[in-house]
Amino acid sequence: MIREDFREILRLVRPGSRVLDVGCGEGALLDLLTREKQVDGRGLEIGASGVAACMARGLSVVQGDADQDLDHFPDRSFDYAVLSQTLQATRNPRHVLDELLRIADRAIVSFPNFGHWRVRWSLLSRGRMPETKALPMPWWSTPNIHLCTLADFMALTDDLNLRVDASAAFAGQGAARPMNPTSALENWRTETCLFMLSRNSGAPQGKRSEGELPAVSGDLFDG
Amino acid sequence: MAALDLVTPAAPPTGGGTWRFPADEPLRLDSGAVLEGLEIGYQTYGQLNADKSNAVLICHALTGDQHVASQHPVTGKPGWWTRLIGPGKPLDPARHFVICSNVIGGCMGSTGPASINPATGKPYGLTFPVITIADMVRAQAMLVKALGVETLFAVIGGSMGGMQAQQWAVDYPERVFSVVVLASASRHSAQNIAFHEVGRQAIMADPDWRGGAYADHGVRPEKGLAVARMAAHITYLSEPALQRKFGRELKRDGLSWGFDADFQVESYLRHQGASFVDRFDANSYLYITRATDYFDIAAGHGGVLAKAFTAARDVRFCVLSFTSDWLYPTAESRHLVRALTAAGARAAFAEIESDKGHDAFLLDEPVMDAALAGFLSSAERDRGLT
Repeated sequence: MIREDFREILRLVRPGSRVLDVGCGEGALLDLLTREKQVDGRGLEIGASGVAACMARGLSVVQGDADQDLDHFPDRSFDYAVLSQTLQATRNPRHVLDELLRIADRAIVSFPNFGHWRVRWSLLSRGRMPETKALPMPWWSTPNIHLCTLADFMALTDDLNLRVDASAAFAGQGAARPMNPTSALENWRTETCLFMLSRNSGAPQGKRSEGELPAVSGDLFDG
Repeated sequence: MAALDLVTPAAPPTGGGTWRFPADEPLRLDSGAVLEGLEIGYQTYGQLNADKSNAVLICHALTGDQHVASQHPVTGKPGWWTRLIGPGKPLDPARHFVICSNVIGGCMGSTGPASINPATGKPYGLTFPVITIADMVRAQAMLVKALGVETLFAVIGGSMGGMQAQQWAVDYPERVFSVVVLASASRHSAQNIAFHEVGRQAIMADPDWRGGAYADHGVRPEKGLAVARMAAHITYLSEPALQRKFGRELKRDGLSWGFDADFQVESYLRHQGASFVDRFDANSYLYITRATDYFDIAAGHGGVLAKAFTAARDVRFCVLSFTSDWLYPTAESRHLVRALTAAGARAAFAEIESDKGHDAFLLDEPVMDAALAGFLSSAERDRGLT
């Protein structure tokens, strides 16, 4: 059983490309991408047990955290940098997002939308921090320290001059559906969102060596 | 010309023994000195395959030697890394050709300060040139080549062995496919140097050291060497490991009200010191500790560690550290891994939870075993060995 967000990432990633999975856990996505798309995969994971599990699977994973260790990767050393359900747990999400698009041509980012109606309703009706399917932990134990709404995220992408190449919405175990990230309605109804981002042309960072192909944009809902 | 000069030395036999460098191949050292007639003590396990792609070099730590997977001729103990090497183990002589050699400067068959200087007919003593980790690796590279190996599938080492493994990647990137660095560092810290200096001073303070020429006087600085070992041994353990093993346990009922070994931990350390002098040469200890003190990979590359590894970006690395290792703490491994990342090399790195201190890399650590086995088997797949 493949997780729905993994299924979408699998569709987005070009075969044989170089992928960095930031917060790769026990390496399920990397394993999948290596098997199905023959990617040259690397991982970054903060938890010792996750890293050890990845290494036992033969994956090249480094123990470290997104806030500190992305800085050490060279410019454009990957085609894709994946940050799955981790952005909201970083100390400096803006810096992390910026770094992802320094070291990779494209960033694939997913996060829980704090603008979802259940979240708003929980706060409005009960006056308590929301505990939903997408955000199951109580406020005092959640790793999520920088939650944002879909609209907040879009404002940040504007601020960083990023382009949205693909976007999708998920709810629970259901399949992904296309989503217009600028729609106010989507900010109510999207539980979890997934983006593929790149830098707007004119704002390139790093350099590409000759003969190197750029990652193609995704075909999220064409195929 | 003497006929002897024309004799081509035979390739070193597999299984092990002592290999003498060809007369026309002296070892040029970092210090500028040249060692002639160098001998290397080594062991091999398994056979080189037809593709010559299954050779693995194991690099031993400070006071280790080449008897990595077979009984030690002096102590009678089993090989020091049979957890890793043996039938059914990640490195299996049925599939791999495992090589391990005594470092130069050592005292288990390789040329070192206790060897006879051909120029004088007497043991070198302190006339032996100071050697470096890179010198050790240069000698290994010559042995490996003589054994018919072009490219090593893996170079693996812990502690000082990990330094050699890094040096291999820096100096011979095209001759190594993968590198494993356990509980090691890319440079010696002030604290590392300080502990080594204590050990050296203990040896040199022993009246039987005789300025390093003890062999000429038929004595050995055993007391000094034992103290050096005792001090060093503490750095290989951790406070919780010592506490768990010994606590304040007494050796016999009651205190002696004197300076006998009252506590178990004292008795243990004295035993460690006493048994060490049976198998190790004091001058070798000076030279090898010096080599690790001089070790600083970045120094040769403008102080930028990543630059040292730019040529090694096709080598795959596995770096492991241990939470309770205060001799080569995780920060040192992380420093290495960040440099490897910056160089664009493929690196895997994990800090293993253990309270066993620096020695954990030699001990029962199932998480390390699984990580190492996973790394090696995926490298084998990529190398086409499975």
